[in-house]
Amino acid sequence: MVNELTQPQSFFLERFGLSERVFEKVLDTALERKADYADLYFEWRSSEFISLENSMVNRTAKNVTQGCGVRVCAEDRTGYAYSDEITVERMRLAAETARLIADQSGGSRQPVAVGQLVPRHNLYALKTLPQEVPAADKVALLDQIDQVARRIDSRVKNVIASIATETKLVMIATSEGKLAADLQPLTRLNVTVIVEAGGNRQVGFFGGGGRVEYSYFLEEDRWRRYVAEATRQALVNLEAVDAPAGEMTVVLGPGWPGILLHEAVGHGLEADFNRKRASAFSDRIGQQVASPLCTVVDDGTLPNRRGSLNVDDEGTPTSRTVLIEKGVLRGYLQDRLNARLMKMPLTGNGRRESFAHMPMPRMTNTFMLAGDSDPEEIIRSVKYGIYAANFGGGQVDITSGKFVFSASEAYLIENGKLTRPIKGATLIGNGPDVLKRVSMVGNDLKLDEGIGTCGKNGQSVPVGVGLPTIRVDGLTVGGTHA
Amino acid sequence: MKAVSDFNEQQDIALAQWGLERACDYGATAAEVLILSAEAINAGVRLGQVEKLKNSRERRFGLRVFVGQSSACASTSELEASGLKRFIEETVALARITARDPWAGLPSPELHPRAIPDLNLNDFACGLIAPEKALELARRAEKAALSFHPAITNSEGAEFNSSRHLVVFANSQGFTGAYQGTSYSLVVVPIARSDSSMQRDYWYTASRHFDGLDDPEQVGLTAAKRALRRLGARKIATTKVPVIFEPEIAAGLLRTLANAACGDALHTRASFLVDKLGEEIAAPTVTVVDDPLMPAALGSKPFDGEGVACKRKVVIERGRLVSYLLDSYSARKLGLVTTGNAARGVGSPPSPAPTNLYLEPGNYSPEQIVRSVKKGLLVTELIGFGVNLVTGDYSRGAAGFWIEEGEIAFPVEEITIAGNLKRMLLDIEMVGNDLQWRSSVASPTIKIAEMTVAGS
Repeated sequence: MVNELTQPQSFFLERFGLSERVFEKVLDTALERKADYADLYFEWRSSEFISLENSMVNRTAKNVTQGCGVRVCAEDRTGYAYSDEITVERMRLAAETARLIADQSGGSRQPVAVGQLVPRHNLYALKTLPQEVPAADKVALLDQIDQVARRIDSRVKNVIASIATETKLVMIATSEGKLAADLQPLTRLNVTVIVEAGGNRQVGFFGGGGRVEYSYFLEEDRWRRYVAEATRQALVNLEAVDAPAGEMTVVLGPGWPGILLHEAVGHGLEADFNRKRASAFSDRIGQQVASPLCTVVDDGTLPNRRGSLNVDDEGTPTSRTVLIEKGVLRGYLQDRLNARLMKMPLTGNGRRESFAHMPMPRMTNTFMLAGDSDPEEIIRSVKYGIYAANFGGGQVDITSGKFVFSASEAYLIENGKLTRPIKGATLIGNGPDVLKRVSMVGNDLKLDEGIGTCGKNGQSVPVGVGLPTIRVDGLTVGGTHA
Repeated sequence: MKAVSDFNEQQDIALAQWGLERACDYGATAAEVLILSAEAINAGVRLGQVEKLKNSRERRFGLRVFVGQSSACASTSELEASGLKRFIEETVALARITARDPWAGLPSPELHPRAIPDLNLNDFACGLIAPEKALELARRAEKAALSFHPAITNSEGAEFNSSRHLVVFANSQGFTGAYQGTSYSLVVVPIARSDSSMQRDYWYTASRHFDGLDDPEQVGLTAAKRALRRLGARKIATTKVPVIFEPEIAAGLLRTLANAACGDALHTRASFLVDKLGEEIAAPTVTVVDDPLMPAALGSKPFDGEGVACKRKVVIERGRLVSYLLDSYSARKLGLVTTGNAARGVGSPPSPAPTNLYLEPGNYSPEQIVRSVKKGLLVTELIGFGVNLVTGDYSRGAAGFWIEEGEIAFPVEEITIAGNLKRMLLDIEMVGNDLQWRSSVASPTIKIAEMTVAGS
């Protein structure tokens, strides 16, 4: 199995009896009308999910999906058809359907010649795929997690933990003759702890992973840290008081709070919204959209990260794209369709959830580069405000630019010191404006642990974020204490 | 794009039976097979031009097996016999390594329906809507939006979707059931622009039957009005005021409430409704019903994800929590009986979910509710995930309208509303008479006595 899977290209060719000639024939069918571009996307994915609750590993699930999608682009129109049956006949049918968006009158065109293999990064070559580790080992680890959490504190009343592993193979053949294939492993360990004391019930969560081996969780006692963190957060929240309401200074801790960037600027810089002038950032390249302390990049080439890819889902190698440089808006995140229409270079951000979805511009790992300030000094500089250490999810209205993200662990800052923990609260701001209010950037850039999933137009893809400690002078905190 | 009508119920039933037999051969003591076939056409236009056309076909085989009290779930779309046999064998092997769970198992056989009710879920006459017609409907809706007002200058487009599916379910205690369904929807997303602001909003219509959809022009017009009225929105100062939820927003609150009332959240103690059965959890104005048997409704089904007969149930009766939403696992765990609310993805174990869930309408028109507020907020959009089901703490990003002396004064944005669900439910002091079914969860307008609104 290992060898077969690690050669994604031959995996598809052999398993489904395909060949480069078949791709050419289907692509020629797809391009019979007046179209600019066509591609075939093949996917085979196997995933496994093992979970524990109430001290029992009582749920296991395994899913295998496969399918092929055919896309035809003509000007700004896209035709897409897919089937979960990978046969030449189905592919031909899909090609005939997808080309319906193109005008009838065909142009004279060279036949497609597929064969040029796209160079790709090698960011996650694993010795053993996480899915190949026996399920029994994972069951044993989950049992241990339950015991360890309950030993930490008697107030721990339930532990919900899960290990998710996935092996995904993709292959893309394009009408430009390019062929790209990749094996994309992904794994994740989640720990949720529920604590109760005196009728008060609270929850804490921690997790991590990436395109890593299963042993990653065992190295440096990582799993023990996840358990300790989830338990600590739940216990902290038992002491939490009502969060304040209104606009105030907010200090964001390093790592996962980088979700601020993802919501406030990341989505707004995806090319589709900007080509359509539907983004609050439309036509603002070259303008000052953040304080000069802020440089924000999207980088799909970081080894073993959850948001990284050797090639994107259109066969373009991923890259590092500077979005904001010292406060000035520099670039957008592109897929093929939008790059062609906007006459801008590809950035390797064309992603899709699966063969059942059309690609669109998406983020990979989005983070702010480190600054000079000592994180301690940043907290000391605040007379009254909040310090947010951990977050749940966030969301943005691309057009108005308003974004939210919800703190799951936060503290009041009073006279430069963290005083009391406060209950979770949503923070709301305006994307094109919030980074202008960044007055200090820490020297402690940290990437998240590998838990991010981004949703856009009903498609979910794994992503990463990162942030050094930063001070934002004025963000609305949605507490109850007015 | 031709609708390939190759759903074959008899063939899938035979495959399901074959799968059950193989599972038992490999040592399963009980098993369930779920086969889902689906086909869809999505057509999108933007600024009057075709933007996208998508056709999809899927057929998946889902399996849940028990070896004594241990179980596993799996799904595949590789349906060729030898591969499927190996898949079934692997699933049984996976079950053997899971813990023996005293509450695991199939539902009691007497809970299966004797006959499968016909809920009129399938529009046999219309089936899938051909691309040309679908594009035309989307185009008409978008055109109505774009021509409504000069400030509607842009659009994220309009989309018409149609889909059909076949569900075949069988288990090893002799229950076999199948049903087909169709669904249609049309959504429009116009963008309004003024010198200082750009706002987007949407409107949609959805139905099991093509004839049940609103007129495309009406959908476009409503979307345009919704986007337009947001122009010039501003932030307001932090305050505590009454908050009115528009029907779509109130339906979101019902969804949250349903999540907290679901058995899985309860038995893991991850809900603020733990141990609250029989207690007053909402104002006496509040009666919430879950009804899976409404004819032709979007959330209807004749049997649930475990093959249990579906039935109507009152969840909250005049403020009192009278039923949880349960599948058989969470029911056993809580010492109750399943409510037939098991939902199930092809490859995941069943878990409880609402079907058609609604808040019974009250006596007030939405206008009367607005007039009852001296200073307050009408919420028309909520964003973010700031709801903690364990504690009930609630804090979300909002947009809407400021109310002065019973009148809509101006649009607001970049604010949050916050409270605790326990308090919010008790504080629902007015319920509107404007219940309309647009999705599987529906609510009239509601007014909450007081929440914290955070702004500048």
